Amino acid sequence: MYEFAYQKPASVADAVKLLADPEAKPLAGGMTLIPVLKQRLNKPSMVVDLARLGLAGITVANGTVTIGAMTTHRTVAQSAEVKRAIPALAALAAGIGDPAVRYRGTIGGSLANNDPTADYPAAVLALGATVRTDRRTIPADQFFQGMFATALEAGEIITAVAFPVPEAAAYVKFPNPASRYAMVGVFVARGPAGVRVAVTGAGQGGVFRHTGFEQALAKSWSAAALEGVATPADDLNSDIHGSAAYRAHLVGVMAKRAVAAAG
Amino acid sequence: MAPPFEGIGAAVRRKEDLRFVSGHGHYTDDINRPGQLHAVIRRSDRPHARIRSIDTAAAAAAPGVVAIYTAADLANIGGLPCGWQVNSKDGSPMVEPKHPVLAEGKVRHVGDPIAVVIAETRQQARDAAELLAIDLEDLPAVATIADALKPGAALVHDAAAGNVCYDWHIGEAGPVDAAFAAAAHRVRLDLVNNRLVPNAMEPRVALGDYDRSTGDYTLYTTSQNPHVIRLLMGAFVLSLPEHKLRVVAPDVGGGFGSKIYHYAEEAIVTWAAGRLARPVKWTADRSESFMSDAHGRDHVSTAELALDRDGRFLALRVSTLANMGAYLSTFAPAVPTYLYATLLAGVYTTPAIYAEVKAVFTNTVPVDAYRGAGRPEAAFLLERLVDVAAAETGIDRVELRRRNFIPRDAFPYQTPVAVQYDSGDYFATLEAAMKHADWAGFPARRAAAAARGRLRGIGMSTYLEACGVAPSKLAGMLGARAGLYEVANIRVHPTGSVTVFTGAHSHGQGHETTFAQLVAEQLGVPVAQVDVVHGDTAKIPFGMGTYGSRSLVVGGSAMVRAMDKIIAKGKKIAAHLMEADVGDVEFKDGRFTVAGTDKSKALGEIALTAYVPHNYPDDLEPGLDETAFYDPKNFTFPGGCHICEVEIDRDTGVVQVVNFAAVDDVGRVVNPMIVEGQVQGGLAQGIGQALLENAVYDADGQLVSGSFMDYTMPRADNLPNFTVATENTMCTHNPLGSKGCGEVGAIGSPPAVVNAVVDALRDFGVRHIDMPATPAKIWAIIAAGQPKMAAE
Repeated sequence: MYEFAYQKPASVADAVKLLADPEAKPLAGGMTLIPVLKQRLNKPSMVVDLARLGLAGITVANGTVTIGAMTTHRTVAQSAEVKRAIPALAALAAGIGDPAVRYRGTIGGSLANNDPTADYPAAVLALGATVRTDRRTIPADQFFQGMFATALEAGEIITAVAFPVPEAAAYVKFPNPASRYAMVGVFVARGPAGVRVAVTGAGQGGVFRHTGFEQALAKSWSAAALEGVATPADDLNSDIHGSAAYRAHLVGVMAKRAVAAAG
Repeated sequence: MAPPFEGIGAAVRRKEDLRFVSGHGHYTDDINRPGQLHAVIRRSDRPHARIRSIDTAAAAAAPGVVAIYTAADLANIGGLPCGWQVNSKDGSPMVEPKHPVLAEGKVRHVGDPIAVVIAETRQQARDAAELLAIDLEDLPAVATIADALKPGAALVHDAAAGNVCYDWHIGEAGPVDAAFAAAAHRVRLDLVNNRLVPNAMEPRVALGDYDRSTGDYTLYTTSQNPHVIRLLMGAFVLSLPEHKLRVVAPDVGGGFGSKIYHYAEEAIVTWAAGRLARPVKWTADRSESFMSDAHGRDHVSTAELALDRDGRFLALRVSTLANMGAYLSTFAPAVPTYLYATLLAGVYTTPAIYAEVKAVFTNTVPVDAYRGAGRPEAAFLLERLVDVAAAETGIDRVELRRRNFIPRDAFPYQTPVAVQYDSGDYFATLEAAMKHADWAGFPARRAAAAARGRLRGIGMSTYLEACGVAPSKLAGMLGARAGLYEVANIRVHPTGSVTVFTGAHSHGQGHETTFAQLVAEQLGVPVAQVDVVHGDTAKIPFGMGTYGSRSLVVGGSAMVRAMDKIIAKGKKIAAHLMEADVGDVEFKDGRFTVAGTDKSKALGEIALTAYVPHNYPDDLEPGLDETAFYDPKNFTFPGGCHICEVEIDRDTGVVQVVNFAAVDDVGRVVNPMIVEGQVQGGLAQGIGQALLENAVYDADGQLVSGSFMDYTMPRADNLPNFTVATENTMCTHNPLGSKGCGEVGAIGSPPAVVNAVVDALRDFGVRHIDMPATPAKIWAIIAAGQPKMAAE
């Protein structure tokens, strides 16, 4: 690590003020930032720890599950309310990283980072969730803007994510054999936002909606409906773990399994 | 009540584990010396480049920096020595370019050390290392064996024409050619043995210390063989005499071969400690380990088998290209030759074998022995080839093996590739493994899996390996530049407790327990009253360390011999005390008795007499403290049968190992629990090689799988519950009868796994799959196979 200043503000307003420094970095669970700092891949002037902002917690009301940005993956995974309202979301959280990561990592941190192989972006996009920040609300369709890129402005802090409760939803992923991040993760949902399918891990630009699958599933909500529906490989990743064609194939396999699991 | 049996064969709990699992292990990085400085190595990020200049000014001015060294400062120290010389077919010695401690003029692989920055803190050293201005002029690089051998390929070393280190052979080509010409069946297979990164849990650490008042140097290091490091570094690199250099390898968190070798960092910190008269410590981080620890395997081979009409093997012809990396690591030349081609008879009676091995330099991390070292490559080649031969001759693969096994009564068995096996029963391990694996019930399980939409396969390997390196005279004839005996000093203390000083080194093997059990067996001293000391050249006699599954078979044999001396001397003392003839004194269960009488003395009483020799034989030295060196008469030859059963998800290509049975012949077992643990660990690594692990360089020479993000280490959920058993025949030439168990798991398992995968895919026209059998690779086969299946 390079040396940096450290602040742990007690209010969102104070945190936003500190993050006005363009060289400052917000710290949520630190599951990405800390390794990056240790490898000296980033040199922030200051690390602003968001742990004391009171942003953790889960509420379910009026058909919406609202999860505070600093809620850990473990809390979401264990939440009886989330399990009841959106079991697919609890299951997704239970499958992120390893126990140590789940105890530290947060939903807000994951979304702000928008790692192209992260799990949460698929849930947010497929469920048509809304990202709340210190200054506005951002619909999922506008939030994700490519690999590690989001609609967040400099210094903007996610405060919560609001998920409309779907009628049916499931997330199935194919983990990268080495890293266990999603090599392909598919979240399917049917609900107030219509039928939506989001794919993480596979795309060069990060999470994306699979409109071909959405149209097919809107006609018939069944795994069989996806048979023969193509996934173009053009914009998919290719590396030592698999070609773009393999990933395109896996998108179909994971989607079918997700639909079957969603019931 | 009789005390619990703790001798040979008892599953005594590991004495060392309380320390390890409670965080009380004492590893090299736990050691800190007063006034200690920290070294950070600046390494090449280019695979091949000329060093135009190194500007240290900015770094030298950085806070806390004490010294910066480059090759120019090391003009008086030698290169890292290679411990084994292999000669080419024409008798010429291998090309042995200098392996400088810090890069001289050129860098030759990503990770090649260029400069060392030494500062008051590690953080300061890291900061300053980034300020070094190193001007590199890129040169064309060769990352793979194929690229290195292309006509006109860039040369890694000017002295190695065509990038060839040596072009070696064994066996006789004539009889092999004749057998092939007359054979009813000929089978040929091209195969790759994938390159691996060892990844011991504990990264390497080196801490050099220097005492100005005495001129004594101490190196604390993560080593499997501290005396070897002292010899190599003292004699060849730093010109320090042994009595002024102490090497300490305390608790070591896994080695798997990668901590045998003498590495640049050890020499740097020791030399710098002397120069600066302050301790200097270097600790690798994981990324550094990936590009500085010697890698393993990396062979490209063609194998051909000639068979008669009945499937009897007539001849084997093998041509192997072995990647040495950019420099010759300590034992690298021996791995693809004497540890590989000499094992190509395997468990079979193949009468004629000829093997050629070309060792090749590339712009990659040096390659050296990694758990199994040469024998996994031989076993993989043979056992894949036998399966292909079975498929192509239509002879059942089990029957084909049985037909060619060396018969039980044929031992000692002389192979056509130099080595002579002392004992074995390949039928016994085969039968036991087939029973444990329920081989006969497989077709039903395959059908049940098919009903679930899954592809199920079963595969076996009947492997053989060689352990217990090595008879020194033989090793010397084969090019070893060291002896390969082992030493033990048994010190019986005045009240009868025992300390064992061994030249072997434990870095996970459980020597503190196993060796104590040898003492319990032979001297009747409870395990709790035996301590084992290893890993410190100031304490232990000159021994060669631990690798090649040699600790028990060579080091343990030395202990037996030393304890023989203890007993012989004890008898003289006992005879004197009991006024008997020495010839009438017997020793059993810790007591000296006089035959035909009720006279008896405990070992403790004899020990006390030896150290308080008031009533004592006139011509006998006091004390009860004996040392023995044991030079093995032959290698040992563990072998066995591993059976793997897999299921493949045809939608994703994921291979799941659903059953694994390993039945090994490891000779006499001292602690069955430790043996099982050793085998299980080896299986994890072997399955890792077969399905998961791969060190991949891109065409430019960058290590693509340079972290755990891309290098697939086996995890618990990749592995099934293993069935591990032994069917042992005794080694005939060492006093314990033991053969060694440390590597069998990693040697026998990869071909069993791949044979199972190929079997699962038998309907897809698959003949061979190179390791690792990744999901993407399997899916491509299934995807390509489906139209053909549909058309059929």
